[in-house]
Amino acid sequence: MKPLKFRRKTLALVLLAGMSATASAQMMINGAGATFPYPIYSKWFDEYAKVDPSVRFNYQSIGSGGGQKQILAQTVDFGASDGPMSDENLAKAPGKLLHIPTVAGADVVAYNRPGNPALKFDADTIAGIFLGQIKKWNDPKITTLNPGVSLPDQEIVVVHRSDGSGTTYIWTDYLSKISPEWKSKVGTNTSVNWPTGIGGKGNEGVAGQIKQTPGALGYVELIYAVQNKMPYAEVKNAAGEFVKPNIQSVTAALATADIPEDFRFSITNAPGKDAYPICGATWLLVYEQQKDATKGKKLVEFLKWAVKDGEKMARDLQYAPLPENLQERVLKRIHEIKI
Amino acid sequence: MEIATPPAAASLAPRSAAQAMVPPSRFGDKAFEWLTLAMAMAVVLLVILIGWQLWRGSSLAVQKFGFHFLTTSTWDPVTEQFGALPFIYGTLVSSFIALLIAVPLSVATAVYLTELAPLWIRQPIVSLIEMLAAIPSVILGLWGIFVMIPWLRDYPFPLLKRFFGWTPFFSGPIYGTSMLAGGIIIAIMILPIITSVSREILRSVPNLQREAAYALGATRWEVTRIAVLSYARKGLFGAVILGLGRALGETMAVTMVIGNTPQIAASLFKPGYTLASVIANEFTEATTDIYLQALFEIGLVLFGVTILVNLIAQLLLKTLTTTSTTRAVQ
Repeated sequence: MKPLKFRRKTLALVLLAGMSATASAQMMINGAGATFPYPIYSKWFDEYAKVDPSVRFNYQSIGSGGGQKQILAQTVDFGASDGPMSDENLAKAPGKLLHIPTVAGADVVAYNRPGNPALKFDADTIAGIFLGQIKKWNDPKITTLNPGVSLPDQEIVVVHRSDGSGTTYIWTDYLSKISPEWKSKVGTNTSVNWPTGIGGKGNEGVAGQIKQTPGALGYVELIYAVQNKMPYAEVKNAAGEFVKPNIQSVTAALATADIPEDFRFSITNAPGKDAYPICGATWLLVYEQQKDATKGKKLVEFLKWAVKDGEKMARDLQYAPLPENLQERVLKRIHEIKI
Repeated sequence: MEIATPPAAASLAPRSAAQAMVPPSRFGDKAFEWLTLAMAMAVVLLVILIGWQLWRGSSLAVQKFGFHFLTTSTWDPVTEQFGALPFIYGTLVSSFIALLIAVPLSVATAVYLTELAPLWIRQPIVSLIEMLAAIPSVILGLWGIFVMIPWLRDYPFPLLKRFFGWTPFFSGPIYGTSMLAGGIIIAIMILPIITSVSREILRSVPNLQREAAYALGATRWEVTRIAVLSYARKGLFGAVILGLGRALGETMAVTMVIGNTPQIAASLFKPGYTLASVIANEFTEATTDIYLQALFEIGLVLFGVTILVNLIAQLLLKTLTTTSTTRAVQ
């Protein structure tokens, strides 16, 4: 996403990891999982090295599926996932697993129209397009939402992610909530059986397809659309307001969504007036009962730091931080981790 | 080794009498034989282990879906219905398109480089072709999205549609990302290997062949066709098989341009999907057991398809060479 800046940081991490192998006093905490929050996590690990030089983190961004698998097999000290774990998978855990939400992001509706007009969509229209029922740009459902924009009799080329991803999880979670037909025909998952459209690999693949195909429409992560200066749409939320996706509107969704005690929540279609409807959080997965006391203590210290101080770095990297009410609840949960 | 030979040969003469009585130790030979055998077996063992691992990793899915896995077309991770037919179809068709494009190009390039090209131009061209092989797959894929696809969509594809639109293969709307684009990008990727191997094979054709043909009054084209290509046919076929092996397993670049839609459509303008692509796309985020196992089974199918295609190729080669020898005898 930010290749240059990023690589230098990874390099620094690798070098530090190499150095730590020689300095035996340092502790290595291992984690694996989601790729979506990788930039902020690596920033956190980097910054935290200044706070507590005695710990080093080794995070492998192998995907949410891998993160869940590894924490279940206890081969890592913490896992990371873009979707909450299913009951079925939680049942496989040897101990109680806690979900610690960290940051949130949004999916935006990006499109390719000459002149990059600002467009508006509502739930019905988005579902109709992705179910393959709205096929043309001049469909009355689109034109009534966008008076004054010239929309021709041109085919909409739907673009979706082909690789399994948290982005797709958020997208299909939203569609399942607002469209019963989508829920019964397709459902929610990191990858689904798409009724229509062509698949692009990764955000870069989808963005590339949209940019190159006249009349294309698809979804990408907010960060990706901002960095690539792609036009993206305002979406009508549950309160009936058209909301532009940005960090504030995502944090608003986090603040107004109904969040259960185990933190396995979904914030799509949140009720708030300012809430952007298509967004989702990402989680760290840790065992409530830590096996290694010294390591567990260091991990808890890090988690507290991440929620208190780390959250402040989220904005710079285009992630939405947790709202204060949720931060407090998460901190309380971290205190419950037994060492 | 060759450097060590002359002194040994020099010291052979005075000791020849003693050597006649004590048979030379064959230990070195034996050790060498065993060592090479072990190396060869390691490769065989590796293939067997991969097959076994794939089989073990997919046992649940194999049990659950049975033979239907190969014959059904639904791929739905939500309801956990998995069928691999569109992926098998996509892999075979895209590889076939790739061979159709790459084989004539590669062989013609190899012929030009060994038979016709002036000496000074040969090495630069060879270097360029080898550079093509060094381009990382993902870079080629991005180039595919941003350069190749828009160009294909605007120029060659509409032309194909205009002249061949009446056939089912070139009908329907043109998006750019398509089975045909997938085949073309694979063709670009297998060009270097087929060209390099073909060139080596053509170079190994003895000059006597060519001289004999010229002596009989053959033209340059006849010499190339009769004396060179026909002589090297078996080797060239091997080069094509090597290329095909690459084509079947190509992943990243194809994934970027093929459209990743599991469907079986006659039109090559429609998006497709390959076995390797679906593994690359979905493996990292697969969370349920049966989903992961189905992806393992896709790997097993790809393994099987590769072996099967190679076997068929070997058989084809056998019939090809036997008929040609009988013809030669007659």
